[in-house]
Amino acid sequence: MNITPLIGLEVHVELETKSKMFCGCPADHFGKVPNTQTCPVCLGLPGALPVPNKKALESCLKIGLALNCSINRLSKFDRKQYFYPDLAKGYQISQYDQPFCSEGFLNLDSGKKIGIERVHQEEDTGKLQHTVLNGEKVTLVDFNRSGVPLVEIVSKPDMSSSAEAKEYLKKVHEIIRAIGVSSADMEKGQMRLEPTVNVCIENEAGIRYTPLVEIKNINSFNFAVQAIEFEIKRQVEDFEKTGVEKSSTNKTTRGYDSVKKVTFLQRTKEEAKDYRYFPEPDIPPFIIEEDFVEKIGKELPLLPDQEISSLKNLGVERKDAKILVSTQNQVAIQIIHDYSDDDRIESKKLASLIVNGKLDPAEHVLVRYQELTKVGNTDRGELEKVIQGIMLANPVLVADFKGGKIAVAGFFVGQAMKETKGTADPKTLSEVVLDLLNK
Amino acid sequence: MKQLHELTIKEVHEGYRSKSFSCVDLVKHFLSRIEKYNPKLNVFLALNPNAIAQAAAIDKEIAEKGIDRELLGIPMAIKDNFLTIGISTTASSHILEGYMPQYESSVTSKLLAAGAIFLGKTNMDSFAHGSSTETSDFGPTHNPWNPDKLPGGSSGGSAAAVSAQLATAALGSETAGSIRQPAAWCGVTGFKPTYGRAGRYGCIAMASSTDSPGPIAKTVADAALVAKVISGQDPFDATTSPAPVENYPTFLNNKDLKGVKIGMVKEYLLTDMRDDVKKLILDAAEKFRSLGAIVEEVSLMDPKYAIGVYTVVQRSEVSSNLARFDGIRFGHTRDSFCEETKRRIMLGTYTLSSGYYDAYYKKAQAVRTKMIDQFAEIFKTYDAVIGAVSPGPALSLGATKNQPMFGEMEDILVEQSSVAGLTSAGVPCGFVDGLPIGLQITCDQFQESKALMIADCYQRNTDFQQFPDIDKTL
Repeated sequence: MNITPLIGLEVHVELETKSKMFCGCPADHFGKVPNTQTCPVCLGLPGALPVPNKKALESCLKIGLALNCSINRLSKFDRKQYFYPDLAKGYQISQYDQPFCSEGFLNLDSGKKIGIERVHQEEDTGKLQHTVLNGEKVTLVDFNRSGVPLVEIVSKPDMSSSAEAKEYLKKVHEIIRAIGVSSADMEKGQMRLEPTVNVCIENEAGIRYTPLVEIKNINSFNFAVQAIEFEIKRQVEDFEKTGVEKSSTNKTTRGYDSVKKVTFLQRTKEEAKDYRYFPEPDIPPFIIEEDFVEKIGKELPLLPDQEISSLKNLGVERKDAKILVSTQNQVAIQIIHDYSDDDRIESKKLASLIVNGKLDPAEHVLVRYQELTKVGNTDRGELEKVIQGIMLANPVLVADFKGGKIAVAGFFVGQAMKETKGTADPKTLSEVVLDLLNK
Repeated sequence: MKQLHELTIKEVHEGYRSKSFSCVDLVKHFLSRIEKYNPKLNVFLALNPNAIAQAAAIDKEIAEKGIDRELLGIPMAIKDNFLTIGISTTASSHILEGYMPQYESSVTSKLLAAGAIFLGKTNMDSFAHGSSTETSDFGPTHNPWNPDKLPGGSSGGSAAAVSAQLATAALGSETAGSIRQPAAWCGVTGFKPTYGRAGRYGCIAMASSTDSPGPIAKTVADAALVAKVISGQDPFDATTSPAPVENYPTFLNNKDLKGVKIGMVKEYLLTDMRDDVKKLILDAAEKFRSLGAIVEEVSLMDPKYAIGVYTVVQRSEVSSNLARFDGIRFGHTRDSFCEETKRRIMLGTYTLSSGYYDAYYKKAQAVRTKMIDQFAEIFKTYDAVIGAVSPGPALSLGATKNQPMFGEMEDILVEQSSVAGLTSAGVPCGFVDGLPIGLQITCDQFQESKALMIADCYQRNTDFQQFPDIDKTL
């Protein structure tokens, strides 16, 4: 039996624009006093109308371009209708059949291409707080988050392991941060993950697929990995028991319990909502001009993968390059590039020193680099002479060593280093010390 | 000499300048008329508690600076779907009973900035769902020409307020006929600007893609001035146009209509239309000819298709727009929606449901595009098209009972132009059975000046703009 998981990912990213998606309220809602950043529009008061935020649109296009999407010349918003107390208007303004960006891809390090189906713009909802007030269980609504710009990135089901899913997520996360549209802080809920999982089972009976499962609202990469792994296992077992195959009517939605490390059923297709999408009549359709897209494209910085390969081209080791890029150490990356033409500095060593915390790129780089990379004295003959002198002066310690107290070797290394005023190469020195003591 | 309530905007300003009366005098005069007649007409749902104080402030301003604002001291009646700070706003629905708005609508803000005084909020079909004002949760408004008759709707309160002279001018809103039809039934002037000409922010949404705020007034000249004040790009309404607003009043007072080409829509002379109504429209065509215009018969799509398109699009948008009245906020539960509103929510929910969307909503939008194209073709040759506003005069109270498509049948002649987002003036063109009949003069998008110019010329050369003697009719 051959088992191939099929994993797709929906990623929601809150944009860090100054104002909300459709009104002038501040978009930064984290930790603010409830309902202090609201207005008629994001409260859905009678008569209020949405006016789209152009900066958010630009950010959405940036994400699309960074994920190699094509930008749709004609686009529009739609209303997605459902009832929930945190949804002020009774509908969410989203995009249905004409998203801003579609048909992109992202390359994994293995070279595998993960398809991006669409990148679209929508608005966040308010937040419910279940709490106890005067001894009574109540649910409170905070509308500070209502209307915060949200971008949804939908991949194709091209990932076949939780490891690939994790790599994809990390890359998306790095790209979002690199292009500066959001810090995508998972703990603040700025990035939320929804894997869709099923499994292709191939055996003598043929090729069959297990029913699709969407796992809702996961807020860490590790939980996503755990949920996907649990789900793959569960689906294979379930299939072996029931033999139920994927159909157009049996998609289910599950939640993930990070304590028990299991997914659990939330709703079946029969209970699935009919969102009654229709074009948002309050916002005219968008005609996105070619030169606008070009301008946005030009504003994009080098993307993480591009930055890594440019560092690698300078000789920097892949692991160091990845660390520098993923920690967004722009100063260091700049300095490595700046000194790449300088014969006195080797980019590979410079990167390694920075990554290992030995060299602070804010310091006088050349001087520190030369200090740190100065090659010590490796002349074994010279070092032997020095060490023999110390051994003669400390016969008791030599005897201790030979009696098994090998730690005293350190004393000889230290003394020798002192006498050579630190010019001895540490590695050669300790080798010579041990050689002599062991004789 | 004219009494205070009979004065047009211009005449009120002349009175202020000559110190014949003060703004407080005028406001008090209207308030006492309202006190006297409102119990019989049910025009106002709420009065502005600060009207007299505001009038006093305006008198002071006039004394100090003269009249340098376009609507300074003009008492107006405001349809109850416009949010007004300090005056409760309900859209004539129980679900919003007692609701005090948190903000001022864009168009009422503009009216206030121009110096207008709001007397109060006028009755309407609940959430503007109708053409009778009979679906109001607060009882029907009565037609000042005959209290047994309907005023039309949905801006029935605003039209009746102008007709009964309980305000100098009024603000209404039209989604499909809601300004022109009640203006026609009450025998006053109504003007629907192009969709996107005046901002909708703070106007409780009915059908977002056709809602258009506009004036109801005693004359085209007054309507032109109010229209100018409320028009222009609204930073809070993404569907408003950035095109500059023409100074409409300066386009009026043409001595004739030489060079104007008017199309008389053949299909608007419905086969089952009363002959005396048809005759008034043909008389109007003759009048335009006598004023120098060329009038020719033109053909449009059968107006019955507009009903289909409008019903689907409007119900769909209604079902969505009313979702915010979720029964959690605003103080009342969803069973406070009236029958008509519930009917519309259900129909709209159905037409947007998966599997039906393509068959209804998408098809309706496709036909809508066809209508827009057809009008565009006609306006290549003609400056305006004319026809009756309504197939007949005001119907009796109770006519809407068991008639879920009542509004659509009464609005058959105005729905096309609404669906196409055009601008249109409605002016009285005669009487049948002692009740007024209205004529619509419809022009291409953003041709407000032209529609007003033609309507004004017609109105000054006819004497159909009359007001009932409500001491006798009531």
